[in-house]
Amino acid sequence: MLDCTPKEIKERSGGMINPAKTCQPIGAMYAALGIHNCMPHSHGSQGCCSYHRMHLTRHFRDPVMATTSSFTEGASVFGGGANLKTSIKNVFAIYNPDIMAVHTTCLSETIGDDIPSLIKSAEIPEGKLVIHANTPSYQGSHITGFSNMTKGMVSYLSEATTDVKKEQVNIIPGFVNPGDMREIKKMAQMMGAKFIMFPDTSGVLDSPMTGQFNMYPRGGARVEAIRDAGNSKLTLALGTYASADAAIQLERKCRVPSLTLKTPIGVKATDEFLMTLRQAFAREIPGELEEERGQLVDIMVDTHYHFYGKRVAIFGDPDIIIALTEFVTGLGMKPVYVLTGTPGGTIGGPQDIFEKEIKSILEQAGVQGKAKASGDLFQLHQWIKNEPVDLLMGNTYGKYIARAEDIPFVRVGFPILDRSVQTYLPITGYRGAMRLLEMISNALLDRVDRDAADEDFELVM
Amino acid sequence: MKAAEPAGIIVEERSDFIRTKGRQKQQLKCDADSIAGCVSQRACVYCGARVVLNPVTDAIHLVHGPIGCSSYTWDIRGSLSSSADLYRFSFSTDLKEHDVIFGGEKKLARAIDELVQKYPSKLVFVYSTCIVGVIGDDLEAVCKAAAQRHGIEVIPVQSSGFIGNKSAGYRAACDALLRLLRPPEGKGLAKTRSINYLGDFNLAGEVWIIKNYLKEMGVEVNVAFTGDSNYTSLKKAARASLNIVQCAGSMYYLAEKMEELYGIPHMNISFLGLEDTSASLRKIAAAFGDAAIMSKTEELIARETARVKDAIQWYRRKMEGKKAAIYVGGGFKAISLIKQFREIGIDVVMIGTQTGRQEEYDTITDLVDDGTVILDDANPSELEKFMTEKGAHLLVGGVKERPLAYKLGMAFIDHNHDRKHPLSGFVGAVNFAGEVYSTLCSPVWNYI
Ligand code: SF4
Ligand code: SF4
Repeated sequence: MLDCTPKEIKERSGGMINPAKTCQPIGAMYAALGIHNCMPHSHGSQGCCSYHRMHLTRHFRDPVMATTSSFTEGASVFGGGANLKTSIKNVFAIYNPDIMAVHTTCLSETIGDDIPSLIKSAEIPEGKLVIHANTPSYQGSHITGFSNMTKGMVSYLSEATTDVKKEQVNIIPGFVNPGDMREIKKMAQMMGAKFIMFPDTSGVLDSPMTGQFNMYPRGGARVEAIRDAGNSKLTLALGTYASADAAIQLERKCRVPSLTLKTPIGVKATDEFLMTLRQAFAREIPGELEEERGQLVDIMVDTHYHFYGKRVAIFGDPDIIIALTEFVTGLGMKPVYVLTGTPGGTIGGPQDIFEKEIKSILEQAGVQGKAKASGDLFQLHQWIKNEPVDLLMGNTYGKYIARAEDIPFVRVGFPILDRSVQTYLPITGYRGAMRLLEMISNALLDRVDRDAADEDFELVM
Repeated sequence: MKAAEPAGIIVEERSDFIRTKGRQKQQLKCDADSIAGCVSQRACVYCGARVVLNPVTDAIHLVHGPIGCSSYTWDIRGSLSSSADLYRFSFSTDLKEHDVIFGGEKKLARAIDELVQKYPSKLVFVYSTCIVGVIGDDLEAVCKAAAQRHGIEVIPVQSSGFIGNKSAGYRAACDALLRLLRPPEGKGLAKTRSINYLGDFNLAGEVWIIKNYLKEMGVEVNVAFTGDSNYTSLKKAARASLNIVQCAGSMYYLAEKMEELYGIPHMNISFLGLEDTSASLRKIAAAFGDAAIMSKTEELIARETARVKDAIQWYRRKMEGKKAAIYVGGGFKAISLIKQFREIGIDVVMIGTQTGRQEEYDTITDLVDDGTVILDDANPSELEKFMTEKGAHLLVGGVKERPLAYKLGMAFIDHNHDRKHPLSGFVGAVNFAGEVYSTLCSPVWNYI
């Protein structure tokens, strides 16, 4: 059987087994794809770039374009400056984007290439832009990379040009699927709020079939919009880990006040998001959204007995699983293990921010559970082996644990490599919460059906 | 919309890497580094090494580097195993800033110790990644010490990504394998009348199909490199009397070395398509020069060909006249594919590889019709341009090419990691035709 995890738990200090995270550049690449007409560029060896594109392609099932500096031995000795300059020249000559978003890799970081001064001295065609973010993977995770590139957008592009801030809000959605970005935009629109979302991969990585290949699909945040974000009266950072840094940078650079909210997953977090918009724009929540919320709560009431008391293990990216943990406690479930591979603190600061946040959600719900940042799936599996759960929620890699322990499994997060459609549909907002409810209850009830003895096999559940 | 047009501009530096048969006389340029700033489809040294070694089922595959390099290679290759599962786990030293500054040797040693305690494996492969090459960890020394501590084999794989491309990784993997199969000093292995099967990674169980054929012919397979292999079977590799080599790109070097060191002759074979499969089985039988083997081989070929003939004919009638584009990793596979397409009535109008060698491109040029575009290390714009120009209906490629083909409304076949059915041997030929048919003739294309 595909199960090589021993039950006995021992201290480990020599690395990761079955990681619950991946490296910074892929997050930076994903963020950069959320700018319209942008070519992400990987400054390092071609292998990294190839892996990142492959991984994103598998998750989104859409073409993922990115260029690479194609380091060779020379670059590792003399630095990659020449490669970057040639790259900038070639990228604009061949692929003609409006903007090029450079991220580093472990290699170029270790060599110590000074990207800003290289960009300054490069020949950039008139009217074209090059931005960058440092994304060494020996710090943080793909979420950090996403956050760094988003912050880079602000540092390079956003400007405060008006004296009075405009009646508009910046929404930084975090590392979520295009389907979620669409849902969040839909809600903002329904609230009648003028908004700027960046990065925005909707229309890029969930682009429709046209029979044509567009290197730059129609979606993505416009450069002018990101520039104008400096004139907004408020920034909403959805998720501390993927979005807060960019919001803080906007505050610093352009004096746009910011609020960091949870990723709007579940009733409470969605409520908070909408309330914040209502307050900022003195608008009423429209009837349609009230209705959606009412439907969601109705479903929760109709089905709550399916969920009550179920022990669940949740893993994935911090912003997502924090909100998800809150949501499932609201259903009466017990999230006994919550684990992310991403470090749960700030560089040089406290390291237990994630654990504390989860613990406080659990405490409020009266649940005894374990929370862990910088963890791996080996550890999660050991926990489960020692005290089993009724449900596992997380990305595709959870399937090994689900199979070995024979637990129902709901796929959420990144990456999902073995199922499709999920990138088009939300888990955020009230509609997204309904979808989550459907996924969770289907997983639980399918299992009941599968395991029921003939005499217990029920038509109505 | 400007971006929607296939980028007509092929950068000047790239023009030597593209040929149209019949139009240009000079040889195609290949085996060079990619140009900085291109959307290269190429992978790295580590990737090549990992692909070759990964199917060794009972080894601990430990990636010494930051987390990404190992995350992306966690169980992505569909190599099947008949026993151990350890190769499907992802082990990484997860290097942090501290390690990058002060060196990662201690952490690596600790990781090996901890893993060996957990998993009673006799073999650890330690893969070097780019950054390890730069910070200068002495992999050799750490591995040697660990091997002595635990009394097992700990083999470093010198696969820093920037020292070349995927082919350099194949070579690094072969070097690691050579270390593994070296018999202990003074104890030569007695030769047996068996063969090693090189260059099959048992994707979708392909090794098993071929092993069955050979068994029926009366030929014993000593070990396959590296599909469904393990420590014990690889250790005995040197006792074979013949090496047959399927994926020449990754295994040619190993075959040469084994000939040099252990006097095992080798021959290239291919089990892709009816024609190549039959020819290869005959070639193997002939090498043994045994009448019984030869007659059993003829029986097998006759029986299996008869079994699949009608199916292949049926597909051929349905697909005659369709045009295919090919973009795969190695030249050898590309060559086989041209023949395989011919068997089902499909013409190849564009063909390229990531790492094909000069001789392979020469063979390709001989095989294809005039007007076929041949290209090395292509980028997506080039693929798009030529596929559209040549009116291809189908693309054969890897993960990253799939959505590109789909967006162009073109059918697609994965001939790489993500293949779901075995494509080798007689059964494989039918599977291949079936897969081509199911994508080419799917009703979904009617909605575009
Ligand atoms: S760092 Fe080097 S070894 Fe790792 S993926 Fe990148 S190119 Fe390959
Ligand atoms: S070297 Fe760094 S950037 Fe490249 S794949 Fe490995 S972890 Fe990611």
